Parts: sequence; C-alpha cells; structure tokens
Amino acid sequence: MAIEVRDVNKSFGTTPVLREVSVDVASGSLTALLGPSGGGKSTLLRVIAGLEQPDTGTVRISGVDATRLSPQRRNVGFVFQHYAAFKHLSVFRNVAFGLEIRKRPKDEIRKRVMELLELVHLEKMADRYPSQLSGGQRQRMALARALAVEPEVLLLDEPFGALDAQVRKELRTWLRRLHDEVHVTTVFVTHDQEEAIEVADTIVVLANGEVVQVGSPADVYDNPANPFVMRFLGPVTEIGGSLVRPHDIEISVDPIEGGTPATVSRVVRLGFEVRVEVEVGGQEAWVQVTREFADRLGLEPGDAVVVRPAPGARSLALSAV
Amino acid sequence: MAKYALRALALVYLLFLLVLPVALIVWRTFGDGFGPFAEALTSPSALHAFQVTLTVAVWAVVANTLFGIGVSILLVRHSFPGKRLLNAFIDLPMAVSPVVVGLALILVYGRFAPVGGLLESWGIQVIFSTPGMVLATVFVSLPLVVRAVVPVLEELGDEQEQAAHTLGASRFQAFLRITLPGIRWALGYGVVLCLARSLGEYGAVAVVSGRLVDQTQTLTLFVEERFQNFDQPAAFAAATALALIAVVTLLLTKLLRPKD
Repeated sequence: MAIEVRDVNKSFGTTPVLREVSVDVASGSLTALLGPSGGGKSTLLRVIAGLEQPDTGTVRISGVDATRLSPQRRNVGFVFQHYAAFKHLSVFRNVAFGLEIRKRPKDEIRKRVMELLELVHLEKMADRYPSQLSGGQRQRMALARALAVEPEVLLLDEPFGALDAQVRKELRTWLRRLHDEVHVTTVFVTHDQEEAIEVADTIVVLANGEVVQVGSPADVYDNPANPFVMRFLGPVTEIGGSLVRPHDIEISVDPIEGGTPATVSRVVRLGFEVRVEVEVGGQEAWVQVTREFADRLGLEPGDAVVVRPAPGARSLALSAV
Repeated sequence: MAKYALRALALVYLLFLLVLPVALIVWRTFGDGFGPFAEALTSPSALHAFQVTLTVAVWAVVANTLFGIGVSILLVRHSFPGKRLLNAFIDLPMAVSPVVVGLALILVYGRFAPVGGLLESWGIQVIFSTPGMVLATVFVSLPLVVRAVVPVLEELGDEQEQAAHTLGASRFQAFLRITLPGIRWALGYGVVLCLARSLGEYGAVAVVSGRLVDQTQTLTLFVEERFQNFDQPAAFAAATALALIAVVTLLLTKLLRPKD
C-alpha cells in the first residue's frame, strides 16, 4: 500500500471534520476522494500531506509511519486548487524549485525541468511568469512542479475546481493519460461525481467526516451503500418507495407485469436524452429515455402510462433509512 | 466657478504652508551661492552631526526591519492569546508624543534608574549616548515597517509557503525564497519610510541625547542649535540637506508603491 490512513480523527475547535477515517491507497492507483463540500475530503488530503496534524490516528506512506513527519520530509507532491504558483519565479524556476532545494547539479535540473515541461506541454512557456499563463496552464505548471521531486504520492486538492468547464474536461482526460504514463500513486479531491467516475480507478466517498463507501467507479455507481451515495453519484428518482436511476425505469403505454400506473406531466427534450416527468401515486418522478424511444411512444402530457424498475436494476428501498 | 475657487484655495493653502517656507529656506541657503552652503555643511560639527544621524538611523532601521518582519509574520500567520493587544501596542508610538517617549526612556535607562544603573555598572551608557538615541528612534518609527508589510502578507496567503514545504523547503528556506520576495516591495516601502522618520526625528532624541555638541548631536539637533546661536547659514544649509533627503525618500516611496 502506498498510503495507509488508520483511525484518523481531526477537529477544528469543537467541530469534528474527520471521524475514525481509515483509507488504503494502492501503489500506482488513481484514487478520488469524493464528497460534498464540508465532508472532510480536503482535510484528509492535507493530513496525508502533513499540512494538517490529525488529533489521533496514523498515516503511513510507503510503509513508513509519517504521522509526525513535517510535509518537508514526506516526499509528497501537492497541487492546490488555486495553483499556489510562485509569482516571482518564472515557470522554469517554479518547476525547478524542489530540485534547487535538494541542491541537484544545474545541468540535471535543466534536463529534468525541460522534460517535465514537455510532459505538461509548457516547454515554450519556460521563461514566462505565472501571471502570463491561463488557469489551465498554471495548474499544469503546478503539476510539473509537484512531479519534479519524484514524489512517492501525488496529492491534488480540487485541481480543476477553479477552471471553467471546457478546460476542466480537457484537463481531466489529460490527467488520466498522464497517470497512465507516469504511474505515480495519485489521490485527488473532487466534489464532482462525473470527474471522479471518469478519472479515478478507485472512489472513496466521504460525507460528514466519515468514509461511506470505497470501490471502483462502476461499483460505487451500481451498488451504492446507501441512498446518500446513490443520490451523490448520479441522478435518482423515486418510485414505489424506492430510489431508482431514471435510466433504469421502463415506461410503457401498455400494461406490464409489476408496473405502476402513472400520468405523464411533462416531456423535456435535452438533445439525445428525453426527460419524461410523470406522476406516480401523487408523487413526482422522472424517467430518462432515448429520443428514439420517446418518439416511438409519442408521449404527450396527460397520457396514462405504466412504469416499473427495469429487471436487474439496482434500487434502494427508502423505508430502510 | 466653484471648481476654480476650490483649486485656488488649495493652491494658496499649500503655498503659505509648504511652498513658501521651503522655497525661502532654499533661497536663503543658496542666496550667497553654493560655496557657503558647502562650507557650512563641511564644518567639523556638521559632519559629526551627519555621522551621528546616520549611525542612529541605520541601527534603528535595521532593528525595526527585523522586528517588523518578525511581528508581521506573527500577526498574520499565527494566532495566540494577546494578539490584539500586541496589534494595538504597535500603533502606540503614533499616539505618544516623542518627548514623552524620551522622558520614559530616561526613567528606565537613566543613570539613577534600576535598569540604567545596572547597565552603567557593566560599562554601557544608554542615556546621553548612542544606544539611547537608537532606542528613542526605534520607538518612534516602530509601526512603519509592520504596517507596510502586514496587508501584503495577508494578501499573499500561506499557500505558496505550504507548496514550498511540500517541495522540501524548511521554514527558513520557504521564508527566504517565497515569503521575502513576495513582500519585498512592501518591505522596501516600509524601510524607506522608517529611514525618513529616523533621519528626521527630533523630540525623543533631543531628550535622551542631552544635545552634546560634537558628541550626541544629530542633524536635526544641529539645525536647532545653530539657529539658536544665530548661525543662520549653517542652520539653513543643514535644514536644506534634511529637506533634500526627505524629497529623495519621498520619490523612493513613490517608486516602490505601485509595484504591489
């Protein structure tokens, strides 16, 4: 295991932020800490980096107890949401910082920094200053800077949180590809479930300072541990007292076995996807269907239909909560 | 119409308050050419006064720069009981009259005071000597560096320092390579202000120095003493020199200011 977090508790004043958190991160994996804001995911990341001290519990990095080690000695790479670029240093000097601190020979630094700048596609920007870069470029620079010292683990705190949607999507794909090239154990914090599912190979869901579920993206999406995780990981709707994914509902104008009668209240076309809003037993629910399917049914508001969870679809009974 | 009246008023106000006196001093100084000016400033007493002023100012600036950086970091980056009190104390010198500062220092460090007596027995004379004048100058210019640095340090945030730590920098390395360059313009501005204040200090230094000619006489004390002794050329020459230094520092602060 690259990172082993055991029974970590942390409070800010009287507010508990982490409660008995234990997480294992496998070597070479790309793990997402996913959860709503205030869930403790950033604090957990900072505890791993040594930027916060846990009240109790231990953190081991590559088998070494790092709980009381200063961030300086942990050999972790950390990328901040707002880049934390060294404003008075050029892009080159930013990336070289960790190597200069380690007093590496000049030619070695130059070679390594240029390699990294190529890796993050900033080789032409080496002499610029952070203020002359776009947000996405700054974040790539910060990533190169963190990678320069060959860290045991790379920690990213909402790395794309401050970027606009388009750049965010690009960088996501790029991070995934970068990880496939570099293979450094990576943990990143995000509140965006789509980002976590797309990029990570393991998702740790954190809420109210506790680990709620750990698993692969498919596992967490398909077999959520509780209604909270199910709601957080993707769209849900409620029929017959259960939580169901809207794309896991069958809708029909003819009676079907186990179906519940419903009335169509609205049909919203969102490109390829069509949202059919229905009323089931006095409650609002919605069903996601393809445009083709919706056209075949020719649904109109007021139509009487029958709905049921698709056979084999995972649903969670709400009464259990 | 009102606009022009206001402008005229402001100009007249400045004319009588600032331009006229300064211009008159300059006119009086150079009225008989550059020769007497140079002569008055190169007399042994004047040169000695220059030297004393410089010594006192440099020590005061060094002390206040170190103290200013330390306290700024303490105030911005740390929380501790009594922080607000410390913050309030730093502005105290702005409110207290320099003469009071001088008298207070004599009460503590004078020959017949406990602390002063003790130091005297070790051979260190504070009052009527350079250490006392440095103390007085440090006191009156205490807030200048702190007040220049604190807002910039606040704006800078601590993420860059944290990033430096994760990259392997010690606290001291992070300070030298990240924090210090981040506050350099503000620090420069504070240091120049502090220097200007130290060079021009009169009241507190007058009390603790004992105004011993050729011994503890600074340039401001020299101006006053020469004037009292009807040596107006020397007084005006030294005053003009002080004014020139003030103008240069003012220009320096203007140069340093917009960079942040």
